[in-house]
Amino acid sequence: MHRPRYAYCSGTGALIMSLYYVQKLLYNLNRDEALQKQFFDDKDSVLADYKLDDEELAAIKEPDIGLLYILGVNGQILMHYAAMCGLEWTEYIKAMRDALDEHGNVRAGLYVTTDGKGAV
Amino acid sequence: MSLVFAGVCSHAPGITGRKHMADKDDADSLYAAMDDMREAMEATRPDALIVIAAEHFANFFMNNMPAYCMGMAEEYEGPIEDPAWLGIERTLVPGNPDLSRRLIEHTLQDVDLAYAEEWKFDHGIMVPLHFLTPRYDLPIIPVNINCQGPPITPLHRAWAFGQALRKACDAVPERIAIVGTGGISHWPATPDSGKIDPDWDRDFLDRWCSNDRERLLDYSDERTYLEAGQGGFEIRTFIAISGATAGCTGTVHYYRPIPIFAVGCTVGIVDLESGIEGAA
Repeated sequence: MHRPRYAYCSGTGALIMSLYYVQKLLYNLNRDEALQKQFFDDKDSVLADYKLDDEELAAIKEPDIGLLYILGVNGQILMHYAAMCGLEWTEYIKAMRDALDEHGNVRAGLYVTTDGKGAV
Repeated sequence: MSLVFAGVCSHAPGITGRKHMADKDDADSLYAAMDDMREAMEATRPDALIVIAAEHFANFFMNNMPAYCMGMAEEYEGPIEDPAWLGIERTLVPGNPDLSRRLIEHTLQDVDLAYAEEWKFDHGIMVPLHFLTPRYDLPIIPVNINCQGPPITPLHRAWAFGQALRKACDAVPERIAIVGTGGISHWPATPDSGKIDPDWDRDFLDRWCSNDRERLLDYSDERTYLEAGQGGFEIRTFIAISGATAGCTGTVHYYRPIPIFAVGCTVGIVDLESGIEGAA
């Protein structure tokens, strides 16, 4: 059972600048097909433009969608990235649920879970 | 002219992208309700459709996030999502920059509204358009209310924005349709996806139908977040429609919680004839 946590006031991570850049990278990827191609051809060439820590870099490159969820990436940004990486809907939901079991609840942002047991 | 049509509907990406995973009656009944909404709108012969959406980081990010923004482009591209994932082919949607400019100039008399001459549509607009203008032959004026990246606009400002937009519509000669799109209670893009609170939704929709300003604004964001999920912040789009149609009542033509679509799917239409003088 994951306890609900009210993280609304923490926004998207004003004090967590690295998370900001994780989200900015994914935001840019989500809306730019040319950047997507560059990224999947040579991820480091794109990642070099963002201030990311080692955990974030690894999660993005693998990709570890579950860990990105735990780090606090806004779900509406992550959902698109998960689809871009080829995850089917059920795989995407499972990745987040498995990550909750492994890491505990979301560390920042709006997309904390209530019980991780939605209807799907 | 003025408003000739006003309504609200859902925009969840699962509606088109996960239709194959849904119960057939759920999908068929929702699609039929959306078709009915299109026919009702088309019967009013609109010159343009304003879509008040709650976009999901297709255009706006936390480096420069407007509370309110209106598109002012000749055309718009969408969806940004993988077309196969969303179930909607990528296309160009016509705009009307001249009409946008006039609407923006009038709205700015009352509310600070940003504008954008580039705008990519995500599912928040593409799903409604898939049903309402499937041939993409009606000029679209996109509007966004930031419901994703806090701090977000207070509910009373969403109402005021709707009122300002109504005054702008009244000031132009075109026949304007306006649709607000969003979810009510839902927890999209989380492991709780599919969780819906139908009682919360029905209570909100009762307030929306009666267009009771005091009751519509009687939510705090903290309460909405705890009771209706982060997706509940999108009630701003419905409230903006209420502000734009103050004095008019609405009818919910369809409501059904459909977990695989991750939202209580909704179609509502405002009875513009029910208002005495329209917007206050």
